[in-house]
Amino acid sequence: MSTSEHSTAQRLAVRLTVNGILHELTVDSRASLLDVLREHLDLTGTKKGCDHGQCGACTVLIDGRRVNSCLTLAVMRDGAQITTIEGLAQNGELHPLQQAFIDHDAFQCGYCTSGQICSAVGLIAEGKARTADEIRELMSGNICRCGAYPNIVAAIQQAMRQS
Amino acid sequence: MASYIGTATSRVDGHAKVTGAAKYAAEFDAPDLVHASVVSSTITHGRIVHIDTSAALRVPGVIEVLTHEHRPHMADNDAGYHDDVAPDGTPFRPLYDDKVRFNGQPIAVVIAEESETARFAASLVRVEYAQEAHATDLERERDNTVALADDTFSLTPSKPRGNAEKALAAAAVRHDAEYRIAIEHHNPMEPYASTVIWQGGGKLTVHDKTQGVQNVQRYLCGVFEMPSDDIRVVSPFVGGAFGSGLRPQYNAVLAVLAALAVQRSVRLVLTRAQMYSLGYRPESIERVTLGADADGTLSAITHEAIAMTSRFEEFARKDTIWSGMLYTCPNTRYAHRLAPLDVNTPCDMRAPGAATGVYALECAMDELAVALGLDPLELRYRNYSDRDQLTGAPFTSKALRECYRRGAAAFGWEQRNPQPRTMRDGSELVGWGMATGIWEALDVSMAARVVLTANGHAEVSCATSDIGTGTYTIMSQVAADMLGLPLENVSARLGDSTLSHSPVEGGSWIASSVSNAIAATCAEVRAELLRLAQAIPGSPLAGAGPEGVVLAQGQIVSKADTRRGVTIADAMRLGGVDRIEREKTTDPRHDESHARNTHSAIFAEVKVDEQLGVVRVTRVVSAAAAGRILNTKTARSQILGSVVMGIGMALHEETVVDHRFGRIMNANFAEYHVPVNADVHDIEVIFVDEPDSIINPLGIKGIGEIGIVGVAAAIANAVYHATGKRVRNLPITLDKLQG
Repeated sequence: MSTSEHSTAQRLAVRLTVNGILHELTVDSRASLLDVLREHLDLTGTKKGCDHGQCGACTVLIDGRRVNSCLTLAVMRDGAQITTIEGLAQNGELHPLQQAFIDHDAFQCGYCTSGQICSAVGLIAEGKARTADEIRELMSGNICRCGAYPNIVAAIQQAMRQS
Repeated sequence: MASYIGTATSRVDGHAKVTGAAKYAAEFDAPDLVHASVVSSTITHGRIVHIDTSAALRVPGVIEVLTHEHRPHMADNDAGYHDDVAPDGTPFRPLYDDKVRFNGQPIAVVIAEESETARFAASLVRVEYAQEAHATDLERERDNTVALADDTFSLTPSKPRGNAEKALAAAAVRHDAEYRIAIEHHNPMEPYASTVIWQGGGKLTVHDKTQGVQNVQRYLCGVFEMPSDDIRVVSPFVGGAFGSGLRPQYNAVLAVLAALAVQRSVRLVLTRAQMYSLGYRPESIERVTLGADADGTLSAITHEAIAMTSRFEEFARKDTIWSGMLYTCPNTRYAHRLAPLDVNTPCDMRAPGAATGVYALECAMDELAVALGLDPLELRYRNYSDRDQLTGAPFTSKALRECYRRGAAAFGWEQRNPQPRTMRDGSELVGWGMATGIWEALDVSMAARVVLTANGHAEVSCATSDIGTGTYTIMSQVAADMLGLPLENVSARLGDSTLSHSPVEGGSWIASSVSNAIAATCAEVRAELLRLAQAIPGSPLAGAGPEGVVLAQGQIVSKADTRRGVTIADAMRLGGVDRIEREKTTDPRHDESHARNTHSAIFAEVKVDEQLGVVRVTRVVSAAAAGRILNTKTARSQILGSVVMGIGMALHEETVVDHRFGRIMNANFAEYHVPVNADVHDIEVIFVDEPDSIINPLGIKGIGEIGIVGVAAAIANAVYHATGKRVRNLPITLDKLQG
């Protein structure tokens, strides 16, 4: 363990169930959940866009709720059930939102897409959004610089009709 | 024959993108990979007197700290740092010497076993500077400019037309105003990043975020004086770029430096704040004067642009040229000046020069229409030109009239009350505005490789990029059509410097260039298949010429009699080959006989809260004339995305510099506002038919940039129509409407 005069780093144990698989890890206490997913579990589908909770690219589902994983220290989530984009398809079949995003061309570069889809899964589970305006408002934590917003709204509406 | 060109084909890389399988530059792994974190300068101009790295080096897990005084060898001449799209000047050399040229300049790199350690240790690097005076404020330096060199890129028209001053003096109606565009940053969602894989034996594979793998490859070989075979640059997926990735970025240099220093694989990811130390759309001041007869016939146009550049490179784009070519007008004059400032060099951002210059021109046209008491659309019709006014040449095609007509009809423009402040929706003022868009339709030399195997599968490849534009998809569509194969039998590869030649992906030139290269290569594959098929004894294709056959449904068949054919499998099997591999480089000719442009008409509705000044863009219709559309689904998305970026330009986006310190104050997504979902409402995209048999064999023009040109003007004009207040200074924030 570090004893540097400046460093506050500690290594701590944490148990995370990610996409149904339990991981027992020892991580830097400063490590965000996002970095642990990307750097330690090789789950790079979750993206780092700003690392400040301002863009939503890192959105994952923690115990069913959508959360910015860059603002979450991994050690704070001991025992949590986490779903990332890699965990949405079941038995090789895409989640209805994943298919809807393809159908409606709801992405271009694809970098915000994991966060958009996870956020939309959370949105639908919350049950608050019924109209297009409500979807727009409640999806505004997920920036898409390619500007696919109209297609994202259309994709979510398609998935909502199916669910 | 099944055809994919022109259809709404879903992205072939869609599955990879919605499942998280698509790998971006920072997502490649290697054994023993270490992490690098960049230390950025906190002054704007001066010299580094001393860098104290001792505290950083004491942190357990830190391997090395690189500075200009302590780093592997780099080239000591400008040529080593030159890249394919560098402007004139002296290219920036990252970590080269003690000079600080702009705020946020990289000055040290910390390398550690884990990213948290690298980032923490970077905060411990102490720097002593000798500061020098700086200037970053374009407005203060506007009289301290240099004229744009009479250069090879034709960035501004070389000579005036007629006598604009005389015509202005004689004009029945005149308009003269200055328009300003703020600094904008591209802000792609993916931060710039490089993962350098240490291959051993001195060889490196660089996973880089770029719009030009071969440009980066050549550049890195120049910077590090390494043989071409030793560096491979790979970039299969790019998380947005919008022009920011045309030139190699300093992250690639620093990551390679780090790998060479520690002889291990390295990952280096810029922070969002550091993304603001890269290139950007330069702030510009654009003065447009218009003179017209009482009936609205234009008699004079002048356009003077002043834009910022760095002290070390002259970056400029064609801000003024559009004013010279778009409308019929006998008297024109242009000036384009640059203010060198203590900043990093600006770079291309979606429709560089046109997004800004046409904004100014199209707002000026709206103001002229008001002064004339004429409908703004009617003013465009009255000055419509079927020829490029700069050269007198006709266009290869120009369906702008049809854009105006169909856009206006879809929008309901005829319902517009011309008087400002007359249309309302409850407490909101409603405004309708329109503008014209124009961009270039260029073709560049490219080489496509096609490998057809006897099982009826083809791989098409080229070292181009797909930054979200849909290049993988259109490459697959074109190859499938040209080879007569189902789409699922075609795979596309790109983003690898070892593939066949491609210039950087920008300027809207890739779709047409790569498609025509694929078509040309497929023609050679077809000719070879014909040769094999005709070698079969009693061949049903005996006597047929290469233009007399097509590939369709896995067969090579006679055009004259489609019952006469040979399957691809038989031709190859009987010919004793299991693959046909061809690569062809195109050589597009840009003769002066025709102008090559895309055009658009944009109609925008805004609603403005009268009390608060909040502006919402509630409706946009964008009608584009862009030649043959390869994929109506992804093409629509390109225009949608451009309109959204245009909304940002009009209402939100502004990089704010504290000129006392020369430092950007809003280097984050919370304070640099890009449009979010709630900012975007109804957008209708119309592609008008524009057959073009002249521009290139497939009649393609490219649509990556035309969609943003004119959007800010249409919105600004709508804001005027709603409020009666003309804001000539983007972005139109509520303080400007209230003031």
